[in-house]
Amino acid sequence: MRIRIRHISTYSYASPARSVMQVLRLTPRNHEGQHVINWRIEVDANCLLKRSEDAFGNIVHTFSANGPLMELTVSAEGEVETFDTSGFVRNTVERFPPGLYLRESPLAIADDALCDYAATISGDSPLEKMHNLLDTLHEKLEFDTDPTHLVTNASEAFAAKKAVAQDFAHIFIACARDQNVPARYVSGHILTTESGETRQSAHAWAEAYIRDYGWIGFDPAYGICPQETHVRVACALDYLGAAPVRGAQTGGSGEALDVRISVTDSQNQ
Amino acid sequence: MLARTAENLFWLARYVERADFTARIIDVTSRLAALPQSYRGAGGEWESALAAVGALNAFNASFSETTESNVVHFLAFDETNPSSIHNCLEQARTNARTIRTALTAEMWQAINSGWLELKSFEERRRTGEYSGIESILPFLEFVKSVSLDFDGAAYRTMLRNDAYWFNRVGLYVERADNTARLMDVKYNVLLPKSETVGGSLDYFQWTSILRAVSAQTAYHWVYRESVKPWLIADLLILRKEMPRSLIYCYDNLARFLDHLGKAYGMQATSQRHTRMVLRRLENATMEEIFQEGLHEFVTKFIDDNNRLGGIIAEQYLLI
Amino acid sequence: MSKTRFFDEMNGYGDEPRALYARVAEWLLRTPPEVLATRRAQAELMFRRVGITFAVYGGNDDTERLIPFDIIPRIVGHREWSKLEEGLIQRVTALNVFLSDIYGAREILKAGILPPDIIYKNPYFRPEMSGRRVPHDVWVHIAGIDLVRTGEGEFFVLEDNARTPSGVSYMLENREVMMRLMPDLFSSYRIAPVDNYADALLAALRSVTPATARGEPTVALLTPGQYNSAYYEHSFLADRLGIELVEGNDLFVKDEIVYMKTTEGPKRVDVLYRRVDDEWLDPLAFRPDSALGVPGLMNAYQAGNITITNAVGTGVSDDKAIYSYMPEIVRFYTGEEAKLSNVQTWRCREPDAYKYVREHLDELVVKEVNGSGGYGMLVGPHASRADIDEFARKLDYDPANYIAQPTLALSTCPAFIDDAVVPRHVDLRPFILTGSEGSRVVPGGLTRVAMREGSLVVNSSQGGGTKDTWVIEDTNLDSKGA
Repeated sequence: MRIRIRHISTYSYASPARSVMQVLRLTPRNHEGQHVINWRIEVDANCLLKRSEDAFGNIVHTFSANGPLMELTVSAEGEVETFDTSGFVRNTVERFPPGLYLRESPLAIADDALCDYAATISGDSPLEKMHNLLDTLHEKLEFDTDPTHLVTNASEAFAAKKAVAQDFAHIFIACARDQNVPARYVSGHILTTESGETRQSAHAWAEAYIRDYGWIGFDPAYGICPQETHVRVACALDYLGAAPVRGAQTGGSGEALDVRISVTDSQNQ
Repeated sequence: MLARTAENLFWLARYVERADFTARIIDVTSRLAALPQSYRGAGGEWESALAAVGALNAFNASFSETTESNVVHFLAFDETNPSSIHNCLEQARTNARTIRTALTAEMWQAINSGWLELKSFEERRRTGEYSGIESILPFLEFVKSVSLDFDGAAYRTMLRNDAYWFNRVGLYVERADNTARLMDVKYNVLLPKSETVGGSLDYFQWTSILRAVSAQTAYHWVYRESVKPWLIADLLILRKEMPRSLIYCYDNLARFLDHLGKAYGMQATSQRHTRMVLRRLENATMEEIFQEGLHEFVTKFIDDNNRLGGIIAEQYLLI
Repeated sequence: MSKTRFFDEMNGYGDEPRALYARVAEWLLRTPPEVLATRRAQAELMFRRVGITFAVYGGNDDTERLIPFDIIPRIVGHREWSKLEEGLIQRVTALNVFLSDIYGAREILKAGILPPDIIYKNPYFRPEMSGRRVPHDVWVHIAGIDLVRTGEGEFFVLEDNARTPSGVSYMLENREVMMRLMPDLFSSYRIAPVDNYADALLAALRSVTPATARGEPTVALLTPGQYNSAYYEHSFLADRLGIELVEGNDLFVKDEIVYMKTTEGPKRVDVLYRRVDDEWLDPLAFRPDSALGVPGLMNAYQAGNITITNAVGTGVSDDKAIYSYMPEIVRFYTGEEAKLSNVQTWRCREPDAYKYVREHLDELVVKEVNGSGGYGMLVGPHASRADIDEFARKLDYDPANYIAQPTLALSTCPAFIDDAVVPRHVDLRPFILTGSEGSRVVPGGLTRVAMREGSLVVNSSQGGGTKDTWVIEDTNLDSKGA
């Protein structure tokens, strides 16, 4: 499947910002399930866009733009060819052994309620357990698609019984790690049936490491394993390490952010 | 030097100067208010005290009655009043602590012991050992002594480099503002006509202005005649030998900003602006000032002086 | 309870002063308590005047107080010191190679010396540093290694501090005060000076300037600000080093270069001696809510345009769980046996050790792996039954989070408490500086003293005091002394 993605963030300020700095993780890499045909990042301010790689192997772009800035647009755009791998994630850039992904990370810590819940997940093998976790989580929590709802941490979202995709991923990760299964956070995009629809936030899911199988994707928000509809952009211990944008600014107030993401099937439209 | 260090030195001097000025205002106002009605004119001394330190609106927001004890409390101790003596000394000490290494030991000691003494005054007030206007006088004397100690320590112990110059610039910006505000509040009694209109009724108003800037004796040395309102205005605006006059402040501002400009190899807006204000003061005569209107003159000066604060921040402190 | 016989720094195990202490003993004999009390009061006044204070966590009212200072010096002979020095340098060298390895090839894990999860699950391990090299391969530029003595020539390492060790300002100020208060006693010994510490530190910091720096390197000290408990030390050191004391807001990053905001415009910073913990350093890389850090600092760091001292991620090496492997770590990287011994340590993560600890809680000191400042620990012999039971519950919940050690017979040193000279337990924290040219130790350190009788907790946050530490020449002692 050929998927075209446009991810455009527009910041506007009521009073001009003196300077803006951002760290972007907006660029997908190749692996067995996806091939990046073309990709472009643009910032509409005079600045140096530096490309580097973070410790997890994600492609990172960094810029600092000097103001005064009333508006700033960051866009990522390109085409990716995807293949169904039944959820297996192979030939990714791996900088750490799976054991690292048992670490606690601030947004994916299991509190008592989550530990209790994780203990109830049945299954004879870790793989079966993860599949059951995927299924029950999807049923147990309401998928909150309101893009204005912010990412919280696993415990809070679990208690609220309502979760955005990022929360779903955090809850899955927290439970998996609690059961001693290495798990990590993936940010990316998903092509849904409502084609032509514009989303206002990126998608997120989880990956778990199962001995003898390797990394396998789990998308608890949709209750499925990632398919050729999924484009994987960055992975880390939790949202903070894989966030599409982390930024800081000096001066400026009344910041408003408008995000538009369109994910389309570029062959059949 | 770090911009933040310069900013702290600048504000440190301003807070100390402001505490001193507020103490003087409380002092002269309480003297004036203690006079029989027939000696002090229209009344409203405490309102003018509040106006002189720019705190009238803030005061009215928290108090319904302008009584002596309310005003004194508000100006001296109230933690909700950002310009109260308490807050000025507290802020000064916080600023000083942040930049300990840019201060001399003597300066730190002056500020720190002033702050400790403030705490003990306040403790004694809480326990009821001090109350009423009588007991406030030793406190005001103490505040003035803090500024003398600090200023003296800075003058006697600091290296003459950018740290010293920023400190002095803060001092003179604040002092010019204070003197100008004092005149702005009292301008009506300083107009030439008021001598004939009010006669001796205003005499105590005039002397209280002089007292507020410690200039009763200075006045006589300079003019060698009885107190006349336009001469007070002359003293406070145009006399370079008077250390609280507007022209003296700007003479110093121009000098210290020049030092900075030379040290950093760049003259910019703050130097030009200061010279412009100084030139205007140097070319002015009292006749012209009264003709244009004392109030207008002073208001414009206050605006220009505020603008200088902003320009200095822009040029040196915010980058 | 039978009284344990502790080694005393002045009297050893006997009642006669050791040769090192002969003159101190003599001085104590001929000086009446009133004079000692006066000296102590004068010392306190001197500390107050310079403003050497320490903010205490949880203290609500007057949060600035003095750390108690004891006027009787602690003395180490030069011969003994030389041995310690060798051991300290060996240990710090191993720590530096260890960090390069852990964030690089991870040979030590491949060799099976350490269980990998002790690294990967360690909260102070920074994945962000993995695959990065730091300028000149120096990670721990300033180390403070806590030593305790249990007998003649018997020193043990109690703890390594490889993050942002503090206390060096006390080492310097204590010396200053002693020289002024007791010039006679002072001049009766030949005492190795410590006041070159600032120069040595500056030289070490300048030596690790990044390759991209131009001209004279600019060094700055990053502090969390005046409300930090060690703020006095930060401003003291900045002053002694003649470098700017900066807060996060004084710095900014533009195109991967770090600048400080000065009255003359932006000025590039090449070496940042930070006293801010890793997770607060850069809101774009670590805690997004940090207002103490500098956005983009980690990008500049990774681009090789600034040296951060100590490096980011050194906390993984001074963790108590790693500590127990230090003998193996030293052997692995230096090929030598560790010259400084560790205290015997049971890792509760290991079932046998856990079982032993569980059965001997009343004899052991049990510590949280990542705790510091004497918090979260159980001193078995001094704890009540209830304390022990409560601690046992915490231990059972997460054994891997604890290690245990025997209660050490920490040496004592005479201290002047109230109006008498009495023995009090002490430790010793020497400071080891490492630059591009290797490591050095300034002869001396911070002697911490537990002010309460029988107490073994020397931490200043728990009421511990300090002493001046004298490293003296034995040769001079032999000729001048007995």
